[in-house]
Amino acid sequence: MEKMERRKFLKLGIYSGAGLLVGSFYAFSNKEKSPDVKKYEDLLQYDWGFIVDTTRCIGCGACVRACKIENDVPDSFFRTWVERYEISDKEVVRVDSPNGAIESFKKNNFSGDVVKAFFVPKLCNHCVNSACTQVCPVGASFHSPDGVVLIDKKHCVGCGYCVQACPYGCRYIDHRKGTADKCTLCYHRISKGESPACVNACPRNARLYGNLKDPKSQIRKILHKRRYGLLKPDLGTNPKCYYIGLDMEVK
Amino acid sequence: MDPAQSFLFPNELHITWTVMIVLYPYITGMVAGAFIVSSFYHVFGMEKLKPIARFALVSSFAFLMFATVPLLNHLGKPERALNIILTPNFNSAMSGFGFIYMAYMIIVFLEIWFSYRIDFIEKYEKSHGIVKFIYKIIILGITNDNDNTRRYDKKIVVVLGGIGIPVACILHGYVGFLFGSIKANLWWSTPLMFIIFIFSAIVSGLAVLLFLYLFIHWRRDKTISQDSIDLMAKWLWGFMIIAVTLELMEILSISYERTEKWAILSKLINKELKFSYVYMQIGVFSIVPFLLLTITSLFKSLNNKVRNFLIWFSSGLLLLQVLFMRWNVVIGGQLVSKSMRGFTEYFPGYFDKEGLLVSFLIIITPFILLRYFDKIFPFFGAKKLAE
Repeated sequence: MEKMERRKFLKLGIYSGAGLLVGSFYAFSNKEKSPDVKKYEDLLQYDWGFIVDTTRCIGCGACVRACKIENDVPDSFFRTWVERYEISDKEVVRVDSPNGAIESFKKNNFSGDVVKAFFVPKLCNHCVNSACTQVCPVGASFHSPDGVVLIDKKHCVGCGYCVQACPYGCRYIDHRKGTADKCTLCYHRISKGESPACVNACPRNARLYGNLKDPKSQIRKILHKRRYGLLKPDLGTNPKCYYIGLDMEVK
Repeated sequence: MDPAQSFLFPNELHITWTVMIVLYPYITGMVAGAFIVSSFYHVFGMEKLKPIARFALVSSFAFLMFATVPLLNHLGKPERALNIILTPNFNSAMSGFGFIYMAYMIIVFLEIWFSYRIDFIEKYEKSHGIVKFIYKIIILGITNDNDNTRRYDKKIVVVLGGIGIPVACILHGYVGFLFGSIKANLWWSTPLMFIIFIFSAIVSGLAVLLFLYLFIHWRRDKTISQDSIDLMAKWLWGFMIIAVTLELMEILSISYERTEKWAILSKLINKELKFSYVYMQIGVFSIVPFLLLTITSLFKSLNNKVRNFLIWFSSGLLLLQVLFMRWNVVIGGQLVSKSMRGFTEYFPGYFDKEGLLVSFLIIITPFILLRYFDKIFPFFGAKKLAE
C-alpha cells in the first residue's frame, strides 16, 4: 500500500514537473518573434555607416520632423538636428539651430552681407571607439554586431554619464522614461532593409546610409570619390558619420 | 560673448548633472578627509590627534551613509541602481563605484566596531532589558575583554586604517577621475582633476572636524584639546594652500598654453563663473581663511579663545569653499557647450526634486545623524581608545 502511494506520488511529481517545463517554454517563448530576424553571424557582414553631404542640405528640417515622429523623441531633445552656419563679410561666424530646425529656419541671423552660409545636419556618429559605450557603468550602451551604437533601455540606470561623455551632444536623458536616448540609425527599420526615417525624408539626398563592409555599396563608392571630414577627429572616437564638404567652423 | 554668436547643441539646453552631483563629491570628500585624519592617529600614532580620532571615524561613517542619497535621487532609474554591481562594465570609470564604496563601507564599519568594542561591552554590562539585547547583538555576544583582546583589537584597527587610507584616496580620487577622464568636457578633462579632488577632500575633512569639534565643545562647555586643534589647523592651512595652488596652476597652464579651449574657458571663468569661482571660491572662501589660518598658525602669542574662534570661522569658510569648488567643477563644466560656441544656464529651483530644499536636507541629515551617533558611540567620552 505504502509502495503504491510512493509510486503514485513520484508519477504525479514527474508529470507536473514535465507540465511546468512545457508550460514555461510556452510562457517565456517570444511568440511575436518575426521569422526574418537575422542571426549574429549574418549581422557581422554589416557595418553601418552614414554620409552627410553638407553641400546638398537646404535646411528644410524634414529629417528632424521625420525622426521625431518615427522615434517618439521627447520635446526639446533631438536625435538629429540641423545647424545653420553664416559667415559675414567681417568674418564673424554665427551658428543657430532653432529648436533643432524642426520648423526649418525662418530668417537670416545677419542683417548685413553674408558671404558664406551652409547647413550641417547632425546625428549620432556611431563611433567605432565610442566614448559613450566606454563610460556606461552597467553596459547598457553597446555596439550592435552590425556596428550601430544602441542603448538597452531595460537595463540603463539613467546616470547620464554617457550624455557627458558624448563629444557631439547626441545623447540626452529621456525624462519620461528615466533612461538615456539617442539616434539608433532607425535600427528597427534598417534591420528590415528599410532606410532610416531621416534618410527617407530628405528631399535632397543629403543623407545616405550604407554597409561599410560591402565594397560595392554606394556609401563606399562615394567615400572613395569625395573628400570628407569627421567631427572632432582629434578625440580619437573614430566616427562612422562622414561629412562631405565639412567646413572648419563645424565642431 | 555676443548672444547672437553663442550657440548650443540643441540637446545641451538643460544640463544633465544637477546639484545632486555637486553634493556627492562634497559628501564623499568629507568622508575621505575625516577618515584620513582618524588614520593619522590610528595608523601613524600621532598622539596629538587622539582626542579627535574616534570622532573623525564616526563622522566619516555618518557622511558615508548619506553619500549615495543624492546619487539615487538623481538616477533616472534608481530601482536599477544595483546593476552597477550586478553587471559592471569594467571599461567604465564609474563601474568601480559600487565595489570601492562597499569596500570602504566595510572597512569603516569594522574599524568603528573594533575601536568601540570595549565601550560596547561596558555598556552591555551596565544596561538592562531590550537595550542590553541590542548591545549583545552589536558585540556579537562576545564579552571577552582583557589585555590580549585589546592588543588584538588595536592591531586590527591599525591594519584596517592602513588599508583604509589608500581606499579613501581611491574613493575620492576616483570621483575626480570620473570627471577628469571625460575628454568631451573641456573644463573637466585634466589629469590633475583627481589630485585636486584628493586634496580638497582632505581640506573638507579637516574643516568639518575642526568646525564640529569646536562647536560641540563650546556647546557642552568642555575643555578643548588645544594641541590637537592647533595641529589640525596647521594641516588645514597647509592642505588648503596645496589644493588652491593646484587649482590655480591648472587654470594657469590652460591659459598659458592658449589652445583652442582657452577661448571658451576664459569666458567661462570671467563671465559665467565670475561670481561663484572668482569672487566666492577663490576670493572670499580661499583668501580669507588662508589669511586667518596664517595668523593662527604663525602667531603663537594669540589668545587661545581668539585663535580657536578664528580657526572655527576659517574651517566654516573652507567648508563653503569646497562646496563652491564642487559646484564650479560639476556645474561649470556642463555650462560650456560642446560646440565651444556658447553657454547654457542652470538654476536648481527651490522645491524641485533635485532642488535647493532637497539639497539642504541631504546635507544636513548626516549632521543630525552624527548628533544621535554620539549617544551610541560617545566621541569625546572619558573612555580610552582600544589601546
